[in-house]
Formats: sequence, structure tokens, C-alpha cells
Amino acid sequence: MSLLRGKVWTFGNDIDTDAIIPARYLNTSDPAELARHCMEDADPDFPRKVSPGDIIVAGKNFGCGSSREHAPLALKEAGIACVVAESFARIFYRNAINIGLPILESPEAPEVLQEGSQVEINLAEGEITELTGGRKFKAVSFPPFMQEIMATGGLINYIKGKVKK
Amino acid sequence: MGQTMAEKILARATGKKALSPGDLINARIDMALGNDITAPVAIREFKKIGVEHVFDRERIALIPDHFTPNKDIQSAEQVNEIRRFVREQEIVHFYEVGRMGVEHALLPELGLVLPGEVIIGADSHTCTYGALGAFATGVGSTDLAAVMATGELWFKVPPTIRIVFKGRLAPWVGGKDLILFTIGQLGVDGARYCALEFTGPVIGELPMDGRLTISNMAIEAGAKAGLIPPDKITEEYLEGRARRPYEIILGDKDAPVLENYEWEVDDLEPQVSLPSSPANARPVSEISGTHLDQVVIGSCTNGRIDDLRVAARILKGKKVHPHVRLIVIPATQAIYLQALREGLLEIFTEAEAAVSTPTCGPCLGGHMGILAAGETALATTNRNFVGRMGDTKSKIYLAGPAVAAASAVAGCIVHPREIKGVG
Repeated sequence: MSLLRGKVWTFGNDIDTDAIIPARYLNTSDPAELARHCMEDADPDFPRKVSPGDIIVAGKNFGCGSSREHAPLALKEAGIACVVAESFARIFYRNAINIGLPILESPEAPEVLQEGSQVEINLAEGEITELTGGRKFKAVSFPPFMQEIMATGGLINYIKGKVKK
Repeated sequence: MGQTMAEKILARATGKKALSPGDLINARIDMALGNDITAPVAIREFKKIGVEHVFDRERIALIPDHFTPNKDIQSAEQVNEIRRFVREQEIVHFYEVGRMGVEHALLPELGLVLPGEVIIGADSHTCTYGALGAFATGVGSTDLAAVMATGELWFKVPPTIRIVFKGRLAPWVGGKDLILFTIGQLGVDGARYCALEFTGPVIGELPMDGRLTISNMAIEAGAKAGLIPPDKITEEYLEGRARRPYEIILGDKDAPVLENYEWEVDDLEPQVSLPSSPANARPVSEISGTHLDQVVIGSCTNGRIDDLRVAARILKGKKVHPHVRLIVIPATQAIYLQALREGLLEIFTEAEAAVSTPTCGPCLGGHMGILAAGETALATTNRNFVGRMGDTKSKIYLAGPAVAAASAVAGCIVHPREIKGVG
């Protein structure tokens, strides 16, 4: 689970949640239906092109705008294994951790990684490796408390454990 | 060392004496909110946790407002899911069509969000309640589920960026212009993870509706909260309205902040944010003459009674330009009734505007005024992202109600003083 390999799709700065999943599709929260329109307003062909295991690499402030959890849900269901960004908008950051969509914050990787390149990601170590050139990038580490949420598979499992105690 | 308002409010909710930016805390939540898009997901996640009852049936508000009155079968099913949960859990604050309003206009109006409280909502514009001196922030559905089960949520204590507005506002300049200007200065992620705090003589003079507009759009600069220190105006607003006892919490004067901006705003013109970012703010005179197909006045940002009064002052005795569609959406049922009693709805209708029942509707491209490819709208809403109001080839300009009403009459973007007889 902690070692991922996939193809990179690149996006720019300030990718908002309306681009990730437009509100016109929010009359459902069915993940499969949402995945069919994932990133549609940023790249209309994206839902057809994306394959399970692919990795999104983006600039700063990824996921800005609305609080819709449908955004990380759509990405996860579309098969995105991890989102690497220079920075994340705070609600998207929470939502991704809460639902178990792997994310990594790296100021350097998005500057270097190209669309179509293959990368390997070690989630436990927070390490991103570009497979053709072999360059390695270290992501910003998560506080232990967030690592615990991620290790249990998301906030609901984490709370379940607490409620039982 | 002094503490900011945000730090003090969070410390109180955590049972701690003091907190510093970066501290990870578990805070007690005074009110939790969900809407017809985010609540169904939260309800399903809540059921997975396995607790029988919500933490407090009086501290949860579920407001179907985005796709209501329901626009299609699927959105009707979503509200039905909320309705079943409300009955099962005996949730007190559930407001439907005919009794409802856009959530961030409704909760302050009902006195359900109060100074010194910690409030979360599964909606990014939950930061609106910062205008009342609450630490209020948007979260996702799973966070809402966790709060419904436990009454608590984790936060990282944010550093504060203080904005001090000095001087006096010119005619037709209001809360929307101040916040668009601020976002223009900071950028869409300029306050990411931070609490914004708005103060200064201009805020001291600003009525509550204008303050709610400012705090509402704090998220558009990436902020976690948009706080305004409570004062006499806040207390007057809450008089006879507050549903719970409350405690005003103010920051210390010597509290360290991340940034402190002091802006003289005497010469500030009405602002307009160009497509497709709220941070593209410009003085209206710079883009005067831009052709418009539709104008929307409403939303959690600018659908309050003061906004409608400003629009009506300009629209009185005028007609909306023949090639423009003007849609006016009072944000709550009470605002609608007040506007009716004051004759504002008559002014709008005679000006050939369409007046709608409260809904978020076109703000997020839901219904009630979707744009076709190539169309241009000016809206008093909060986001002008690509495709936000309809086709990805449509364009949205953001402005306050004065510019919106004036531009609807002119058929293009204008400063309100350009309208004959308005001055």
C-alpha cells in the first residue's frame, strides 16, 4: 500500500474544486458517477484518459474553493493513487486525509515532473522518485496525529476506535 | 505575550489557558452545519461510526439550500435523505422551502451563531460567522460526521493576518468592495491556513450585513476564518436574536500577528473581480463598458436586506437593459418578506427583474440562471471560477449590489454614478 508507481498528469496553480468536480454533477454523491466527470472542467478528456494508479502533480493551492468532499472522492474513485502538489487548500487537505486519498506536499517535485513521466512514491517515507531520471524529492512530513488518521484508513475509522474506547 | 482573538476562542473551546499558532487541538463545537450537497455524505459517514445519537440535536443545523426548491429527482432524493435523518435524530434546526434561507444568511438571522463560539460547517463559506466574532470554518462531510458523533473536531491553530481599514468609504462602496480589494491584494492563497482579522474605523462604522459579506469571502483568500471583533453593532444585532448566552472574546492588543496591513480606503472605488479568479479585483472604472448578458443579485455573500436596499435605490423607476436578464434572490424568507414590505420587490419587478425564492441556485451553476457558452454575467456572488455558473466558455465578473444594479440598467459594467438620476 505504501509503495505506489504510476503515470503523471500535470496541472497548474489554483486548481479549484469546481474544476475537479463541477457543481452541476453534485445532485449525486455516487463516487462512480462523480469519477466520470473528474477534472472535466480543467481537461474535458481527463475522465477517459486516466487509469487506475495514475498520479496528479499540481502547483500551489490545489483544491481551493468549495468544501465538497466529492472532489477527493471523485479523484479517488477515478483511480488517482496520489496527488502531489506544491501546496493544498486547507479544506481539500483535510478532506483527502479524512477519506484516505493519499496526498503529498512538495515544493520541488511539481517544478520538475513532466506529464507522462513515471514516478514511484513511498508514502511512508514521503519520498517521490522520478523513474526515468532517478531524481528524488522529499515531501513535507505529516504530524504524527495525522499519520495515525491515515494509518487507520481515514477519520471515520479513527473516530470508531476512539468511540469504542 | 498577548493572544489573538482566534487563539483565545480556540483555547476556550479546548479548555486551555493559551494556544500558539501550529498547536494541534481538539475543540468543542458549538454549532455544526450541513447542506443538501454535503449533509447526505455526512449522514452516511455518521452511520458508519456506530453511535446511536448525534452529540446534541440542538447544535446541528441542516439546511437544504443549494438545489432547492429541488431542481430534479436526484436532488430531491438528497433532501429526502436529510429529512429521514432529521426525523430519526430529532434534529431541531432543519429549515425547508418556505421557511428556509441560504444557510449563511439564515443562521446569523436566527441567532444560532454567536460571538466566542467555535462553529464548523460542511460548506466553505461557513467563515461568514466570523463577522459575529465566532471562530467559524468550512470543513468536509466526513468532518461534519465526526462532529455529529462526538461534538469535537481537530484543528491546527492558525496564525492571524490583521487587516486594518482606515478612512471613510465613498458613496456606493461597501463590504463587498473591501473584501474584493483585500483578496486582490493577498491573492487566492495569500491567507492559506491563516485567520484573517478585519478591524479599523471603517469596520467600526460598517453595519452587520456588510460585515457578513466581508467574512463570507475570507475563504477566497484561502483563509480558515475571517474574524471581526464584536462591538456595539454586533450586540445590537444580537439583541433579541441570540438563542444562547454568549461571551464576547476579543484579542489582546499586543498579540503577535503574522502580518499587519493598514489600508486607507477613502479613495477606494467600487471593485469588480474579473474572470476567472476572485483575486482579479480592479476598480470598476477600469473595465467600464464590458457587455453583460445576465446580472445576479443574491447569495450568502450579498443577498441580505441592505444589499437589496442598495440595488433598489438604483433600480427605482428604471428598466433593466433590454439584452440583460436580472435575477434577484433574497437570501432568506425573512429578507424576502422585509423586501416585500418595504416595496423593494415591486421596484425590482417594475424594473423587469425576476425575483426568486431563496436558493443558492445560480451561484454554483445549480439552477435558476445557468449561462450558455460565450455569455457574460456579473454577480454579487463569491466565485467566478471557470464553469462556476454554467458553460466553461461563459464568464463571470464579481461585484457588490450597487455595481450589479447599475450595470443591469446600463447593459454593461458601470460605476453606479453613471446611472442618470442616481448620482
